[in-house]
Amino acid sequence: MDWGALHTLIGGVNKHSTSIGKVWVTVIFIFRVMILVVAAHEVWGDEQEDFVCNTLQPGCKNVCYDHFFPVSHIRLWALQLIFVSTPALLVAMHVAYYRHETTRKFRRGDKRNEFKDIEDIKKQKVRIEGSLWWTYTSSIFFRIIFEAAFMYVFYFLYNGYHLPWVLKCGIDPCPNLVDCFISRPTEKTVFTIFMISASVICMLLNVAELCYLLLRVCFRRSKRAQTQRNHPNHALKESKQNEMNELISDSGQNAITGFPS
Amino acid sequence: MSWMFLRDLLSGVNKYSTGIGRIWLAVMFAFCLLVYMVAAEHVWKDEQKEFECNSRQPGCENVCFDDFFPISQVRLWALQLIMVSTPSLLVVLHVAYRESREKRHRKKLYVSLATMDGGLWYTYLISLIVKTGFEIGFLVLFYKLYDGFSVPYLIKCDLKPCPNTVDCFISRPTEKTIFILFLVITSCLCIVLNFIELSFLVLKCFIKCCLQKYSKKP
Repeated sequence: MDWGALHTLIGGVNKHSTSIGKVWVTVIFIFRVMILVVAAHEVWGDEQEDFVCNTLQPGCKNVCYDHFFPVSHIRLWALQLIFVSTPALLVAMHVAYYRHETTRKFRRGDKRNEFKDIEDIKKQKVRIEGSLWWTYTSSIFFRIIFEAAFMYVFYFLYNGYHLPWVLKCGIDPCPNLVDCFISRPTEKTVFTIFMISASVICMLLNVAELCYLLLRVCFRRSKRAQTQRNHPNHALKESKQNEMNELISDSGQNAITGFPS
Repeated sequence: MSWMFLRDLLSGVNKYSTGIGRIWLAVMFAFCLLVYMVAAEHVWKDEQKEFECNSRQPGCENVCFDDFFPISQVRLWALQLIMVSTPSLLVVLHVAYRESREKRHRKKLYVSLATMDGGLWYTYLISLIVKTGFEIGFLVLFYKLYDGFSVPYLIKCDLKPCPNTVDCFISRPTEKTIFILFLVITSCLCIVLNFIELSFLVLKCFIKCCLQKYSKKP
């Protein structure tokens, strides 16, 4: 199983992210991917083997296991991590497109004063403004939606975040209501709560980043509006000063011409 | 199974693709390859061990499993990933051929090695058509082999040496169905992207030819 490729993808986009975005990447990789790889697989490794039902009826165990675990916890977390990381692809593609356009303009001779050579364009950190701001904000929005959706699916599929130690199952071909026992329920509950908490933290970081980006834009717009408002007053002051200077010079002339000879 | 080679191949092809081609590569990589490597292999790991028939007759389980799964779904998925990624090699080979030609003649023969003009355009078009063909072919094969895209929880089997029609239970049918549907949706998305790219390339060439014809007219 290889998460290194995902790390390369997100790491590449990380350069152009905000500080909150960089914290998000760290949380994702240390608290979610690493925990999934290092611990969760060991805990869930024998989930079907050690799922035991109190009956010798062939097929009863399979059917009960399938009914209570339509998708395994670790598969759902792996899918969640993949879906949550993919909006970063949008940003990566936009940055690549921006660099491609800048290189094309540079080759034509348009941006020679801004960059020394093509390597300079590739190394430059792209600022989050203009259309990239919209792409980046949409990617954060989709991330939040995916996190929330997966957390809801988890809650809906397993009736909460706690795993019971015994389940009652009466589905055909089980002959009657049989007891089925899950392996390591407490350990699984601990890891489930850990992963859910990490999801919540990531979601809060994404919401904070979204608010930060929106506030930054509002702040910039109000600053621009303020300088525009100050500028007309400044122009008015200048023109009044010019008028006064003209009057002074005119009266000076008159004073000189009116001097009695 | 080592998928690093396929991943490196896909990243290498990225340089010579169009914009839509790059989106296809991203979808392929993120959704198909990563989901396969991370999740699908594990879901099918114990498929034969946990396949259970309601009979104590030795050999009955083996025969029924073999009849219902002539080739495991996860192996078919892996074959599909490999076959669909390899036509992109044609483009890489053609660019390498251009490079070796320029070295041999020791002068610049092309505007740029990766510009899609002349022979490289045809190579790229052929690779797109072959890729789409493989995707559609594998989807049809999947549908025909397993009678649809869903995995039942119970199958009836009466092959020798089973003494009568026995019930056989497949392990994790719901999880397997979810992943197969995921595969089908991603394949359809890839097919749509390939068609869009194909039309885009043909249209661009057609417009270029028309413009050239009109600019030549006095």
